[in-house]
Amino acid sequence: MLSIFLLIWSQPLTSAESLTVVSWGGSYARACTKAYHEPFTAKSGIKIRLEDYNGGLAQIRAQVETGNIHWDVVDLEIADAVLACDEGLLEFIEADDLPAGPDGTPATQDFPPDTLTECSVGTNFYSTIYAYNRENFSGGEPATIEDFFDMKKFPGRRGMRRTPQVNLEFALMADGVPLDQVYATLSTAEGVDRAFRKLDTIKEHIVWWTAGAQPPQMLADGEVVMSTAYNGRIFNAQVLENQPFTVVWDGQVLDKGQLAIVYGTPRLKEARRFLAFAARSESMARLGRYISYSPVRRSGSALITTHMETGVDMKPHMPTTPENMTRALHNDWEWWSDHVDEMNERFSAWMAR
Amino acid sequence: MDGTLRTVRLRAAVPVLPLSAFILVTFIAPLATMLVRSVYDPLVAGAMPETLFLLSEWDGKSTPREAVFEAAVRELLEARQARNLGRIVTRINRVQPGMRSVVMKSVRKLRGISGSDSWRDTLIDMDPAWGEVQTWRAIRRTGERFTMRHYLHALDLDRGPGGGIVRQTPERRIYIPLLGRTLAVSLSITALCLLFGYPVAYLIANASPRWANLLLLLVLVPFWTSLLVRTTSWIVLLQTRGVINDALVALGLIAEENRIAMIYNMTGTVVAMTHVLLPFMVLPLYSVMRAIPPLYMNAAATLGASFPRAFWRVYWPQTQPGVFAGSLLVFILAIGYYITPELVGGRSGQLISNMIAYHMQQSLNWGLAGALSGILLACVFVIYLIYDRVVGIERMKLG
Repeated sequence: MLSIFLLIWSQPLTSAESLTVVSWGGSYARACTKAYHEPFTAKSGIKIRLEDYNGGLAQIRAQVETGNIHWDVVDLEIADAVLACDEGLLEFIEADDLPAGPDGTPATQDFPPDTLTECSVGTNFYSTIYAYNRENFSGGEPATIEDFFDMKKFPGRRGMRRTPQVNLEFALMADGVPLDQVYATLSTAEGVDRAFRKLDTIKEHIVWWTAGAQPPQMLADGEVVMSTAYNGRIFNAQVLENQPFTVVWDGQVLDKGQLAIVYGTPRLKEARRFLAFAARSESMARLGRYISYSPVRRSGSALITTHMETGVDMKPHMPTTPENMTRALHNDWEWWSDHVDEMNERFSAWMAR
Repeated sequence: MDGTLRTVRLRAAVPVLPLSAFILVTFIAPLATMLVRSVYDPLVAGAMPETLFLLSEWDGKSTPREAVFEAAVRELLEARQARNLGRIVTRINRVQPGMRSVVMKSVRKLRGISGSDSWRDTLIDMDPAWGEVQTWRAIRRTGERFTMRHYLHALDLDRGPGGGIVRQTPERRIYIPLLGRTLAVSLSITALCLLFGYPVAYLIANASPRWANLLLLLVLVPFWTSLLVRTTSWIVLLQTRGVINDALVALGLIAEENRIAMIYNMTGTVVAMTHVLLPFMVLPLYSVMRAIPPLYMNAAATLGASFPRAFWRVYWPQTQPGVFAGSLLVFILAIGYYITPELVGGRSGQLISNMIAYHMQQSLNWGLAGALSGILLACVFVIYLIYDRVVGIERMKLG
């Protein structure tokens, strides 16, 4: 209610010549700015106003319901992108508008299944991994997802995101559930109990985080000895701040970042132009030169090169590099869109106990 | 005469009109909207009238007949046209988790089918869930225009298979324990505020004017400081590698590996909230104490009473209106607090308002958020009534 009231209050400041793009802040938003916001402005003359958010659909819904739209393009998690599309909060994507790959592959064939949805275009694969600070380990270092839950071998506090998403998957993988059985197991009441029982074993040692920028900070401060994190944030701490962090790729959970247009924006034409620009394989590959998130388009993978600022080879840091994919789970957004409310309540009840 | 009186009265009412309008728009109207939302939800009833009408005649024990399926297919496709389907499906999914993908997938396939001899077979072919009784029960329940399901949900209750009300399984009970915790925490914070605030207010009321002004400023400066600044400064002080822990380790009082967890738990919530709410206790107390003539205490001393006795028999009773006012103010503010627990509460320091905020902002389940708010409002109201019965609201003095 209050947000609606404030929306009516604050008239949009944007003109037709500028677009408001909403993203996740921190090193990711910075990478997007460098990779395709600035080149887009240079090419089209349309300015980009960047805003930060922490996910969720409340603001988009409030804007669409009041018809006072000041966000034009939003970077969404795929489950939210599908949900928002179903709820009529996003414009449909016109797949024909999307540019072909540099090798001439039409866009519709260049995107792997599930990355091009009715209302959203995938731009990058990112991954939730866990990372540790080498300074905290003198003997053996953790190497598998089982090690994350092994308090005997690797004592010390762990950082985890304060959501059921990804954590339940980590727990089941560490409990010995094979990759292709994870979501089938979670679909049963016993499977959910099993995941929470596994989380129980480390519950007292978990420090919870909410924003992607927190885990590198917590690792650097020694607040935790290891933490789940988005791989790109750890990468930036490694190469830009020379932090002694190591990423454990075993058991990584792969996700895709989607771009979508808010339904009813008065700047639809400009927004579509921006989306088409961001969806070029070159833009995606360019993003991969600032942060270790790999292009979703097949033709983009070949374009992965080196880090723009330090010259580091990006391949070993990309979540989709085959060596990093030996045990990688694809986040099942459809399962989550069915069960997110139920799991969130269960998770809150578990947290409070 | 009568007319003149009315004119006078009306004229007298004019100055309060802006305030009344303001309260109506920013307080009463949103409150009413939320309370209505918690029991009234016309969306599904409006979008699927025929399906629901046919379901009202269904026995609820076997798969419904063909006519129900035929109507459901038609109305779901229409809802998709109206860009309403997502919101309908969200509601069904809340009653029966897993239905979102069943309905969305089926509707996507249905768009490619022009007709069918038996929609019943077609749908059950697409997903066996369509053949199950609980699917149609879920649709029937979401179709209730007036519903108690949000209140049941907020009280950790549910409809059993037979339609009776049952308690949730223990690992799913969340709101009642949280409400109990919220009340307990609010009470402790009120007690702490009184414990800390009373001596301060006494000191200010009885100090020389210069000192009183300085002390009052010390109370007011934090009061004027941004809530976020105050809360984050507690983080700086209390965190594991914060000022207090560093000092304790440096003094050798605790070992490096035994740093105390004082924040991101209930301790953090209680400490930070007590600090934030303290001025609301001190100020009413101060204004009451200032009005008490020092002569009374002098008189008691002259008559031979020791200080504790004089305080207890003479001073304390006179400060009671301030104690009541401050306590009620702090308690009611504490019960609905949400920013501070959100920032420093961690896993165990969350309160009921954090769940309300979650359902407003994240899950978008405004019906449930409304029901939780309604219950919280009822709690405040009951406490107010008890308070009025026990101490009498007219004895309260806010300043």
